[in-house]
Amino acid sequence: MLLIPCPHCRQSRPEREFRHCGEAGLLRPVDPAAASDREWTDYLFARTNPKGESQERWRHVHGCGRFFVLRRDTREDACVTSRAGVEEAP
Amino acid sequence: MIDSPRARAALPLVRFTFDGRAYEGRAGDTLAAALLAQGVRILGRSFKYHRPRGLLAAGVEEPNALVTIDRGAGRVTPNLLATQVEIYEGLAARSQNRWPSLRFDALEINDLFSALMPAGFYYKTFMWPAAAWRRLYEPLIRRAAGFGEAPREADADVYANLYAHCDALVVGSGPAGLAAALAASGRGERVILCEQDFAFGGSLLAERAATIDGEAAAQWRAQALARLAARANVTLLNRTTAFGLYAQNYVCLAQRLSDHLPPAQAKGPRERLWQVRAGRVIVAAGAIERPLAFECNDRPGVMLAEAARVYANRFGVAPGARALVACASDSAWRAAFDLRAAGVEIVLIADARASVAQALQDAARETGVAFELGARVRRAHGRLAVKAAEVEGAGGLRTIACDLLLMGAGWTPTLHLFAQARGPLAWDAALGAFRPAQAREDIVCAGACNGALSLAMALDEGARAGGEATRVHAVAHDWPCASGPVAPVAPVAQGAAFVDFQNDVKARDYELAQREGFVALEHVKRYTTSGLGADQGKTGAINATRLVADLSQREPGAVGLTTMRPPFTPVSFGALAHMARGPLYEPARETPAHAGAAARGAVFENAGAWRRARAFARAGESEPRVVAREAMAVRTAAGLFDASTLGKIEVAGPDALAFLNKIYVNDFSRLAPGRCRYAVMLNEAGLVMDDGLVARLAPDRFHVTTTSGGLGHVLHHMEDFLQTEFTHLKVWLVDVTEQWSCLALQGPRARDILAPLVEGVDLSRAAMPPMSLREGAIMGTPLRLLRAGFTGELGFELYTPARFGAPLWDFLLERGARCGLEPYGLEALDVLRLEKGYIVIGQDSDGACTPDDLGLARLIGASKGDFVGARSLRLPHLASAGRRQLVGLRLRGGSRPLDVGAQIVEAPAPPAGTRALGHVTSSRVSPALAAPVALALVADGRARMGARVFVTRLDGPCEEAEIAAPVFYDPAGERLNG
Ligand SMILES: [Zn+2]
Repeated sequence: MLLIPCPHCRQSRPEREFRHCGEAGLLRPVDPAAASDREWTDYLFARTNPKGESQERWRHVHGCGRFFVLRRDTREDACVTSRAGVEEAP
Repeated sequence: MIDSPRARAALPLVRFTFDGRAYEGRAGDTLAAALLAQGVRILGRSFKYHRPRGLLAAGVEEPNALVTIDRGAGRVTPNLLATQVEIYEGLAARSQNRWPSLRFDALEINDLFSALMPAGFYYKTFMWPAAAWRRLYEPLIRRAAGFGEAPREADADVYANLYAHCDALVVGSGPAGLAAALAASGRGERVILCEQDFAFGGSLLAERAATIDGEAAAQWRAQALARLAARANVTLLNRTTAFGLYAQNYVCLAQRLSDHLPPAQAKGPRERLWQVRAGRVIVAAGAIERPLAFECNDRPGVMLAEAARVYANRFGVAPGARALVACASDSAWRAAFDLRAAGVEIVLIADARASVAQALQDAARETGVAFELGARVRRAHGRLAVKAAEVEGAGGLRTIACDLLLMGAGWTPTLHLFAQARGPLAWDAALGAFRPAQAREDIVCAGACNGALSLAMALDEGARAGGEATRVHAVAHDWPCASGPVAPVAPVAQGAAFVDFQNDVKARDYELAQREGFVALEHVKRYTTSGLGADQGKTGAINATRLVADLSQREPGAVGLTTMRPPFTPVSFGALAHMARGPLYEPARETPAHAGAAARGAVFENAGAWRRARAFARAGESEPRVVAREAMAVRTAAGLFDASTLGKIEVAGPDALAFLNKIYVNDFSRLAPGRCRYAVMLNEAGLVMDDGLVARLAPDRFHVTTTSGGLGHVLHHMEDFLQTEFTHLKVWLVDVTEQWSCLALQGPRARDILAPLVEGVDLSRAAMPPMSLREGAIMGTPLRLLRAGFTGELGFELYTPARFGAPLWDFLLERGARCGLEPYGLEALDVLRLEKGYIVIGQDSDGACTPDDLGLARLIGASKGDFVGARSLRLPHLASAGRRQLVGLRLRGGSRPLDVGAQIVEAPAPPAGTRALGHVTSSRVSPALAAPVALALVADGRARMGARVFVTRLDGPCEEAEIAAPVFYDPAGERLNG
């Protein structure tokens, strides 16, 4: 069970307090209606699934309830850092 | 330390039974030590061949002496190690895997035919026919082969759980562990020291000669423990096994709290699970001695040399009278000398090595112990107890009488926790085993588990791991610790030369595996069963690796070890579950009116975490009768339903409307305060996620309901978009599910019942049309009244603060009785909603449905712009023809409802491979229509209105049905709007 640093609570808490919410850095098209099918399906379904450092959205669902971005090494299953705020372009 | 029979005799007597016979032991004995002291040699029968077995070891590595301890009803534990069980007055222990008795086991006949039962025997022999497996082979094999019997009764004990944090977790309290704990705690670190034995000290408990810091080892141990106990930053845990190490030094410990006490004195929990988060882990888990593989090396009386030393030095028990020592390690010589000091005759030390340290030879000559170098034991004689051994040396083969045959081929570091942490291992040829390749910052091995076998090295490594920079402990009279390089398994080992004692795997089984092409050790393990079971290869794994390496002419380092997984030793399910059992496993949620429903005969069912009333049975009524009666009460008079399980979210803030317009497909812009609307939300992929009512309380305040099971993920979905996507919107989301009770009063008499009871609300059709919301009072309490329901009748939902749910339930049923009001349950509700074609998300939709598939396209606010999922609805795969659409099905004759999930096809007897048009999603007999009705998802269903289709039956031919509109009752909605 990982210890995850919540940037909002400024505490490392057990993994079971959190919920994984998928890859970070996905940008919802500003005007979805204007997006092509390809752009839209890439946003919906295309994921990088990296081996190594991955940028992930997590929510401290049984704590402060807030979302944040966690950098995690998928090979070592270890947290690197986390930061508050919504995802930015990678 | 009890190093003399006189010291042992001075200890208090403890009486216990083994297989019903009375025995006596001494306080501080393990069951193994006590039985050994009483002359009991056979403690178990082997797993496969039912060979008589005695003690091989003195600790957790014991593979043979598995016993069942009976502490009364619901407190029977199988597969405990006699070497770990502490005796107490009245202990009742039983041997396992024997019938009828340990001395005479009918299935020992397996041993006679053992040549016919090599590795893979079960796989090859009991192959066909498949049906015979369940009826014949499996019960047969299970009876013949097995460890203890699983308990039949529920566990009557209580278990505890504790979370703990520390700077340093020290695993093991031998010299390295004690030195580490002293050093780390001396620096002010928070230290937890855990020891799986009931006594702290590890190898120090059997140490006779060596001194530490000028004190006898036993004295030093006592002082070290006293110092640790006096430090407030140290937690000492005995009877505690660190069984698993997980990510980021999350370590689980199992602490046995009361099994060592007579049941009458055992108060409180039986075991405690410690979930420890450690800054660093210092593994000082010691090492396990390796046996040798020779013919009949499993006979009772064949024992590890160090185990015999422990029985003699720690427990004051001589495990035999005449011992022959077969070894390839220095430590076995020390065992021989210590046993001799305890009065055991040493007939010969047969060391397979060509040369050994001069100090050992001098010591042997001084004490008059005969030894021979370059000599190997080839075979043990004796069936129920060892009588003699064949020794092959320079002078050829000779047979020497003995009643104790000791083995010592060297030491295997206990690497389990380090390996679980994926610490790198390396083959150490001098050690003849694997050891940690390099320390890690957060997990360090110290002492024998790091290959440091001498006392001085163990203390040094421990102190260093604890944070001491310089040598702090001085050791005198230490013992040399060389071993090998002789292979513990002679290549000529044939017959019954066991490598894995617990699983009855012989040296020749590995040869067979090799011949049959099993190369990878993990494959060899599965084929031979070596390293499986409760034992997990503690004594056998390293010998197996060396044997496989020899057979395949590879280096042991290239063969490696099989993956070491938690737990290190078996952990009871009770400890893992601790408090999460029975009603606490998943606490049931009950509605405020639960007791009132129970009082009216409710039969409850589990719906997610909720307990919901299924039906309100009367004496002698069958369930279909109950359901029909309840449904007809709603259609003809009135019914009361507890809908408090509905998820309720209050959405408030200046941008509440804008937010809801983004989340739901509906456009709420023209929803006036005091009005509500049926609404559907999609995920971003355009698929229906949940439905409910959105009621506007005020311009900036909405009351939103979700399905009973949908609240969690709906709220998460809303929060996700609010926090990360629509961040400019000022909205609060509050889960108010538990704040509001909701009772649905439904039926043509609903208004008559309610009107005299509510204050401040005009219920007339003109004043309160369908889908309107009013606030008032009932029974003097605040009320939110919604004209809505899920039945298609005139009806109201009464929201009150939760604490008024119970009294309101009784009040309404009492006052409504004269109008025919009855409570109804989930079953009747399902009938009522199906007659009206109201869908249940997750039943009539399957996570792949668009609003249009479900006939809900009319809800979409076409002109409101973007919302979650909107763009996806235009994707080709969601917008194309051929999608499954929700329709109704009417049966052509027959009165039996269709099977839910039944396939819908075009021809009555479709050939195999026919693609189904769709499937039945809901099916009931309608009491109002006196006919079966069903909902279904059918490809292009709405274009097939009136078409004839066939529906499969589980128990017969397809049934003919007609595609119909999914509304069977009151299609014009006159009753609803009445
Ligand atoms: Zn937080």
